[in-house]
Amino acid sequence: MGTTASQLGKDVLSEYQELTFLTKQEILLAHKRFSELLSKEERDRPDTRVPMEKILTLPELKSNPFRQRICQVFSTSDRKDGSLTFEDFLDLLSAFSDSATLEIKSHYAFRIFDFDDDGTLDTGDLEKLVNCLTGETDETRLTTDEMRQLINNILEESDIDKDGTVNLSEFQHVISRSPDFVSSFKIVL
Amino acid sequence: MPRDSLITSENDIDVGLDLAEDEDVLASEEGHERERHRGKRRDGDREKRKREKRRRKEAHRAEEGEDEVQTRPERRERGKRKRAKNDQEAKGREKDEAEEQELEKLKEAVDDRKKLIQGLRGKPFPMKKKLVTLRESQEFVEKYEGALGKGKGRKLYAYKVMMTKKWMKFQRDFENFKTACIPWEMKIKEIESHFGSSVASYFIFLRWMYGINMILFGLTFGLVMVPEALMGRPYGSMPRKTVPRGEEASAMDFAVLWDFGGYAQYSVLFYGFYNNQRAIGWLKFRMPLSYFLVGVGTVAYSYMVVIRTMARNANESGVGDDNSFNFSWKMFTSWDYLIGNPETADNKFASITTSFKEAILEEQESHKDDNIHLTRFLRVLANFLVLCCLAGSGYLIYFVVRRSQKFALDGLENHTWWERNEVNMVMSLLGMFCPMLFDVISALENYHPRVALQWQLGRIFALFLGNLYTFIIALMDEINLKREEEKIIKFNITMWEVSLYNGTVSENSTAPSITIHPADVPRGPCWETMVGQEFVRLIISDTMTTYITLLIGDFLRAVLVRFLNYCWCWDLEAGFPSYSEFDVSGNVLGLIFNQGMIWMGAFYAPCLPALNVLRLHVSMYLQCWAVMCCNVPQERVFKASGSNNFYMAMLLVILFLSTLPAIYTIVTIPPSFDCGPFSGKNRMFDVIHETLESDFPAWFSKVFSYASNPGLVLPFILLMVLAIYYLQSTSKSYREANVELKKKLQTQNEENKRKNKRAALKAQMDLEEARKTASQTAEQQKNNNASLQDQEADEEEDFSSSQRLNHGKNGHHPPPTAGDRQLPASRAPAPRTYHHGNHGAPGYLPGFSRQSEPRMCRVPSLQRH
Repeated sequence: MGTTASQLGKDVLSEYQELTFLTKQEILLAHKRFSELLSKEERDRPDTRVPMEKILTLPELKSNPFRQRICQVFSTSDRKDGSLTFEDFLDLLSAFSDSATLEIKSHYAFRIFDFDDDGTLDTGDLEKLVNCLTGETDETRLTTDEMRQLINNILEESDIDKDGTVNLSEFQHVISRSPDFVSSFKIVL
Repeated sequence: MPRDSLITSENDIDVGLDLAEDEDVLASEEGHERERHRGKRRDGDREKRKREKRRRKEAHRAEEGEDEVQTRPERRERGKRKRAKNDQEAKGREKDEAEEQELEKLKEAVDDRKKLIQGLRGKPFPMKKKLVTLRESQEFVEKYEGALGKGKGRKLYAYKVMMTKKWMKFQRDFENFKTACIPWEMKIKEIESHFGSSVASYFIFLRWMYGINMILFGLTFGLVMVPEALMGRPYGSMPRKTVPRGEEASAMDFAVLWDFGGYAQYSVLFYGFYNNQRAIGWLKFRMPLSYFLVGVGTVAYSYMVVIRTMARNANESGVGDDNSFNFSWKMFTSWDYLIGNPETADNKFASITTSFKEAILEEQESHKDDNIHLTRFLRVLANFLVLCCLAGSGYLIYFVVRRSQKFALDGLENHTWWERNEVNMVMSLLGMFCPMLFDVISALENYHPRVALQWQLGRIFALFLGNLYTFIIALMDEINLKREEEKIIKFNITMWEVSLYNGTVSENSTAPSITIHPADVPRGPCWETMVGQEFVRLIISDTMTTYITLLIGDFLRAVLVRFLNYCWCWDLEAGFPSYSEFDVSGNVLGLIFNQGMIWMGAFYAPCLPALNVLRLHVSMYLQCWAVMCCNVPQERVFKASGSNNFYMAMLLVILFLSTLPAIYTIVTIPPSFDCGPFSGKNRMFDVIHETLESDFPAWFSKVFSYASNPGLVLPFILLMVLAIYYLQSTSKSYREANVELKKKLQTQNEENKRKNKRAALKAQMDLEEARKTASQTAEQQKNNNASLQDQEADEEEDFSSSQRLNHGKNGHHPPPTAGDRQLPASRAPAPRTYHHGNHGAPGYLPGFSRQSEPRMCRVPSLQRH
């Protein structure tokens, strides 16, 4: 990877360190992994977008039920296709890194769970979330009754202003009291 | 005003410098002052030029309004520019003051930017935006930082800025270096992605333990073993440092060395080798004192580390004790994002589903026991069986230890390998098979898996603890035996010395100095070394059993399952033997008990921490390899963090329980008379007393004796107890206040919700009626357009307005719908018709429109929520 060092200039690297929760080694590793996803000629161009399908082949994301949402949330693409530039990729890793703050983690978690991007977690979002968590197979799926019960319970607990949806501040309130959110909301290359 | 607080100490210093300069100026002559003015003006001009440039640039910038944080300082700057214009008009001293103010403002702006740069990584912006903001802020800071401060102050300021930059860079590099130094990071990450965070947490725990043992090892190695080996008397110079004549023949045999006898026993590895010389070598190193302090220090350090880690874990987990967000947590935080293995992911899906279903069931029916009597009976039976197991294992160990004493009295050479290593083997085997037995028994109980796991852990804990304590009790018996033996030998030695002396005197009275080889001198049994040896043997055999079980139980099983599967009648991989799972809790418990033994035995065998470091190092690699090559992910994937402090608490209990016997022996049993650093003293801690008397000035020992006086110690203890009580009660009251506040919040929320609902209902009804009226007025308008007969129109108007009045009486004000608002524009005769009608409608309409205006805002805001 002789090209890695030359591609990531020293000042860019230090800027990335300033702007993310990653260390130098992690950024370099991320760059290496990212450029492995690109073809030879794409590597020379800056700001190349890697399509979502390619990002999802990374073993760290392959088994994650929220993989597509994660890509969509961190993508800055205008076409909303979930493709990532290297900087988007760094943003992703930074939010999922060990030293990221609870605030930023919960912010992105909320956006990942907000499937329809409307700024609140409504019943539809929660339903999709449950389906993601229980997997695709029929034997692990919840029945409609169970689903209704579950979502009612969740709304009863976290929907503090009782408007039928969970908004960001309610979500952060719930998350901040959880003992193991920060330790499990992690992706490490 | 927060802006004032933003002025950092740097600015304070600058202001201070300014003041000092002012005083100088007052003292000096006028011309000097004029010069200074000129200089300032020059500074001001330069700044203005810069500002001009900047303004031009800002005008070009496209996304100026995008970032609020970004624009705030700019706005302030614009204000400053205006002020600068005013300043141009003003003259003399006023101008100076204004400029000084301006400078301070600029400093604030720079500091704001700096803060912005620091906080940028915590902002959920995309990287592009962050980069743009960063670059701009940095440019700003760099441009204006030079303009800040003046004269002496400027140099200092520039220097400071440079140093801060260097310091930041150094810190970042150091941080990078630190993360690069953490060992086994990649290994653990690999495991994390395969098995989730719970299995990885075991390895993180192992690494943490390794770190602690490294420090213990450093202490004992650097302060005890190395000084004694370098500066103490060499091997063979004294009886305690020499292998006795009877053992010399076999002292180098591997079997003996493996048992830590022979040359290993008479080396720095064990307590007995150390001399009681007060100071050794040219450094005058206080060996016995150092030995004692290291023994105490290792324990103190371990306590400190464990408790600090526990406190940090508790802080991190925060107030996670309340169950008010049970479902939400299950929903929002149950996925372990580290999982990268599809198989683990499938298991995780299954376990999440079951946890959802369980939670729902629990919620639906909290109590539903089909046969409570049978369950109770089974549980009692299970506990009874477990107790039997525990008692049996305890008795077995006691029996074996007593038997081994008999063997030891006979002389070890006459016995087989098994008989010599019986104690350790039995303990290891019990530790291996009893947990399996408990597992079988716990199937009777029919507990919830999480509860079952806790019971299981508790039982294994009790088993290990019981075994350890039986072992210690048996060891105590042995110590007492040895001490009896010691008394006899001591008497014999005096007899021997007398006879020796008499013999030499009778032979040749002129030469009383006789030389006896130290190997021939009779000596006491030295119980301390015996204890040390026992612990070392225990550790060794424990390590061996762990590794062998790993190789046989995991590796061989995996190999057999893998390769026999081709020619077997059922599917071995999915069916009965299958691959083994990684048993996190069992492994953690094993580690904890191993550490307990280290703490217990380290005082008598300084080599124990070193051995443990070696063991942990090897098991890190071995277990990492084993887990990756022959284990499958667990069926129930637990998350680690919740149970972290549970293990820590266990470690603390073990630490306490293992220091108890060690401290008991140190305090109550007199040390052996002819071996170890404390020989010849009545108690081991007398070394402190001795040091105080001979190495410190007299007043110090006086102070110390006063301080250790019960009259002072007791009140101090009382004070500490009271402080603990006070802290506990305050924390309790805080908790209560928290609960109270939460309740308040909830009631307020309910109140708000009720209010909102009422408002929403009202708004909806209003909307409907408004629609009705709108449709009616629309109809009427049609009629108006169709027939221009005034009378008819008047009648219609009357009807509609009276209807509106009725609405007003009911309290439902129709909000102005689109049609209603357009009325005046599209229907010119409307005002006139109101004049025609004499129902008081004209006064009503403006009020109605004004009233409904805010509601128009509120309705969508409700929907938005």
